[in-house]
Amino acid sequence: MTERLGLTPSQTVGPYWSIGMTWPDGADVVPEGTPGAFWLSGVVRDGAGEPLADGLVETWQADPDGRFDHPDDPRGPRPPSVPGFRGFARVATGPDGTWRIRTVKPGPLPAPGGGTQAPHLDLSVFARGLLDRVVTRVYFADEEAANAADPVLAAVPADRRHTLLATPGGGGYTFTVALQGSDETVFFAV
Amino acid sequence: MDGLPHYPLPEGVHPPLAFPGYRSTALRAPRRPLVALPHGLTELTGPLLGADRVGPDDHDLTVQHGGEALGQRIIVSGRVLDEGGRPVRDTLVEVWQANAAGRYRHEADTWPAPLDPNFSGLGRTVTDAEGRYRFTTVKPGAYPWRNHHNAWRPAHIHFSLFGRAFPQRLVTQMYFPDDPLFAQDPVLGSVPAGARDRLVSRFDLDATQPEWALCFTWDIVLRGRDATPFGDDDD
Ligand SMILES: [Fe+3]
Repeated sequence: MTERLGLTPSQTVGPYWSIGMTWPDGADVVPEGTPGAFWLSGVVRDGAGEPLADGLVETWQADPDGRFDHPDDPRGPRPPSVPGFRGFARVATGPDGTWRIRTVKPGPLPAPGGGTQAPHLDLSVFARGLLDRVVTRVYFADEEAANAADPVLAAVPADRRHTLLATPGGGGYTFTVALQGSDETVFFAV
Repeated sequence: MDGLPHYPLPEGVHPPLAFPGYRSTALRAPRRPLVALPHGLTELTGPLLGADRVGPDDHDLTVQHGGEALGQRIIVSGRVLDEGGRPVRDTLVEVWQANAAGRYRHEADTWPAPLDPNFSGLGRTVTDAEGRYRFTTVKPGAYPWRNHHNAWRPAHIHFSLFGRAFPQRLVTQMYFPDDPLFAQDPVLGSVPAGARDRLVSRFDLDATQPEWALCFTWDIVLRGRDATPFGDDDD
């Protein structure tokens, strides 16, 4: 192993990130009109329960077959099973702390060390006051059997697992992120 | 699925989420310990964002409007590498910054410094095969921000990078050498002392363009893949 270079430290995005990180198509994991697409929407709250009005949410996920069009997928890259699927979304939180992305449910994935990971998205929150992004996972409350077998959920204390579940309703799913508080969302060290 | 590479996180690099000197962390930094996430396929992959996100003038922030931007013209360039020293090629680099007077073109920035009609403060580019990036811009001004009495942000440019895997995602800030405002800035000061210098660019006389622009060089290092026997460091 050769000597490693010093990793560049993280810094906050600050209050003005929207100048540099706004995309007109940021919400589109899949294009408008994609069969089976739904809105995954949510709200982000701070430790006072106030909406996070100046935050940025990014998501990353597999396609409905559980595949990635990426050279580091050991099963081999494969074009997405949904035309125009990007896997990635980036959206601002509004004045009421809400955000939404247009997506499809990802497929289950083989887990490192064996087993199967339930359908999930990785979700990052960036904001003024966050010196590094915080990362959580969005699982789906209606995937009970898959969730029960998921090794990441199993490693989370049982009384906090619900903070990782998006709940179905209104033709889509909703997901709350609490940065602090009695129901603080589980955040991961990635 | 055994033997997957992973991206170990070195200690003493990133700021703590809760940093009392930076007031906004008080209600925003999670209080509970982070839960370890073994890197699975969602983490070993990531969005491969590149040239399709970049317009023709996006790398030159001084020419994006009818006239030239006001201020000291500078070139900011460097390489994007991973911790193993390998270039991160064809990857999107996004920047945003205040204008030469220290004012952002943003509705929330209302301090009484002038806006420049010829400067938006947004830049995008992709790295080349050696991981190089290059922007032409103007040196941003310092600005006050009310975090503490007489608080001023040192001049800085915000950078956003993706690399090729989820753990490589990085949003950070580049500073300019020898800024007297460093000592009172809790945002830079939140970084562990041993890693703070990595955020400060270097004035590069050799690369400076005669009769045109000063040059500042700054290399960015993203998380590297583990080079243990399990890793397949094939590139
Ligand atoms: Fe700033």
